[in-house]
Amino acid sequence: MTLLDFARGPALQWALIIMVAGMLWRFFGVLLLMRGKVLSKPRSDKTVWAGIRTVFKRSWVPPVMSKRTQYQLVTGYVLHIGLFVVILLFVPHIEFIKGITGLSWPGLPNNVITVATVLTIGVLVALLIRRMTQPVLRAISNADDYISWFVTMLPLVTGLMAFAHIGPRYETMLAIHILSVALLMVWIPFGKLMHMVLFIPSRAQLGAKFERRGVEA
Amino acid sequence: MTRDLTVGEALRQQGVSRRGFLKFCATTASMMALSPAMVPAVARALEQARRPSVIWLSFQECTGCTESLTRSHAPTIEGLIFDSISLDYHHTLQAASGDAAEKAREQAMHDNHGKYLLVVDGSIPLANPGYSTIAGISNLDMLMETAEGAAAVIAVGTCAAYGGLPQANPNPTGAVSVMDLIKDKPIINVPGCPPIPAVITGVLAHYLTFGTIPELDHLGRPKAYFGTNIHDRCYRRPFYERGEFASTFDDEGARKGWCLYKLGCKGPVTYNACATAKWNGGTSWPVESGHGCIGCSEPAFWDRGGFYQPLSQATMTSGTVLGAAAAAGLAVGVGAALMGRGKHKQAQEEQK
Repeated sequence: MTLLDFARGPALQWALIIMVAGMLWRFFGVLLLMRGKVLSKPRSDKTVWAGIRTVFKRSWVPPVMSKRTQYQLVTGYVLHIGLFVVILLFVPHIEFIKGITGLSWPGLPNNVITVATVLTIGVLVALLIRRMTQPVLRAISNADDYISWFVTMLPLVTGLMAFAHIGPRYETMLAIHILSVALLMVWIPFGKLMHMVLFIPSRAQLGAKFERRGVEA
Repeated sequence: MTRDLTVGEALRQQGVSRRGFLKFCATTASMMALSPAMVPAVARALEQARRPSVIWLSFQECTGCTESLTRSHAPTIEGLIFDSISLDYHHTLQAASGDAAEKAREQAMHDNHGKYLLVVDGSIPLANPGYSTIAGISNLDMLMETAEGAAAVIAVGTCAAYGGLPQANPNPTGAVSVMDLIKDKPIINVPGCPPIPAVITGVLAHYLTFGTIPELDHLGRPKAYFGTNIHDRCYRRPFYERGEFASTFDDEGARKGWCLYKLGCKGPVTYNACATAKWNGGTSWPVESGHGCIGCSEPAFWDRGGFYQPLSQATMTSGTVLGAAAAAGLAVGVGAALMGRGKHKQAQEEQK
């Protein structure tokens, strides 16, 4: 079995199993957690709507904070849009998803994906430098932050290298890229990257709670 | 044909013109990535080379490799060059049969000991010697006996080079390749199912010209022919870059000649000269005729996922397996949460 056969076969299979099982385990484990009974009288009965609204509202920074968080806001958006384009709009990636779910959609030309990949890598580097140079941010960072950064960065770099024929032969580089994706999948349920799912119930719950108390979320 | 003739004399006897011969030399030098200045040297060497004795052994194979060579395009200069070697033993092409055929092989081995070329097509079964025999001799015994006095071994076709189709899972005959068995001779792998005729003759021409085997890659293939992958030389590559793909064999993309990646083309991980040398006298090649590359010059190409499965898809993952993983994750998550609630309740009651 070649490295590529291993990557496309057992490595991806186990990574997907761990990711799917782990994400559902963590999602429902957190969702059904025991919470203290609320004894106060609710000040609003529109808590569900407030929860849904907060999921979207929290995607933008309030004007009062916008100046101080401008750097993070811009880089954050570039990073997430970049990841969206690279992961979900590159045709071989769409084919990968189609192979598992049966779903597919139109992709973008390779040069657009290449630009998005380079931009995303650049932003990730900038964010790491910021994390390591700002005293407060450095103090509140733990291993999870750095591991999550690394496993996100690795598929971008290896994918670009495979595409641009940099490094080992294409089939080896493709195998390394797929293995790096497998590593990312395995890490997702166990680290902060789980925010890709948990941000929804987390924001919704916060919005609903604040609404109940009658305060701005 | 007299064995003492040179290749040049043999070709002239068959009516090949000087121009035709030089054209072949220039093409061969170009395919071997040699400088144009080397063409006269190739011509001189080929002209003066004594016709080497070649013993061709066919084991677990379909004769496609021989068909490829002999029916490539009649008559090609490559075919004539092939005629100009002293092919002393070949099941399909020789007139002799039975004992006379085997005697011809033994005679050639005896007369040219240490000098003859051994060409093998087909894999060798090890599970049971009776699976494939020639004149009552097992493939393994015949290969080892014949290889002993050979100057070099050329494994023609993916079966001889890497085990090929007979070795495909579950490999019922215990098929192995030539290089799995022979360790003390130079081996040139010319894989393909079948290999390109010009590549087989090119390797022979290289041996006749330089008296050495060509530079090989990590899988024992001549780099001159197997140095770049199909994808990098494919005329449909611009469509890949533009994100234009055929999704079925009869859609608009297929009619417009767009990239066949979505239809399972293995061109990006397949090294061969198809895109440049082409087939049938340069007429076409699989991708040009509308079918993706199946990766036939790579080891274990039968067992690397479906031929029509895109390269980026996982080969083992199924919806059922992932559904089971999701159910397990859900059960454990809910179970853990309920256990937590139970403990919490118990702790509250104990406090009371």
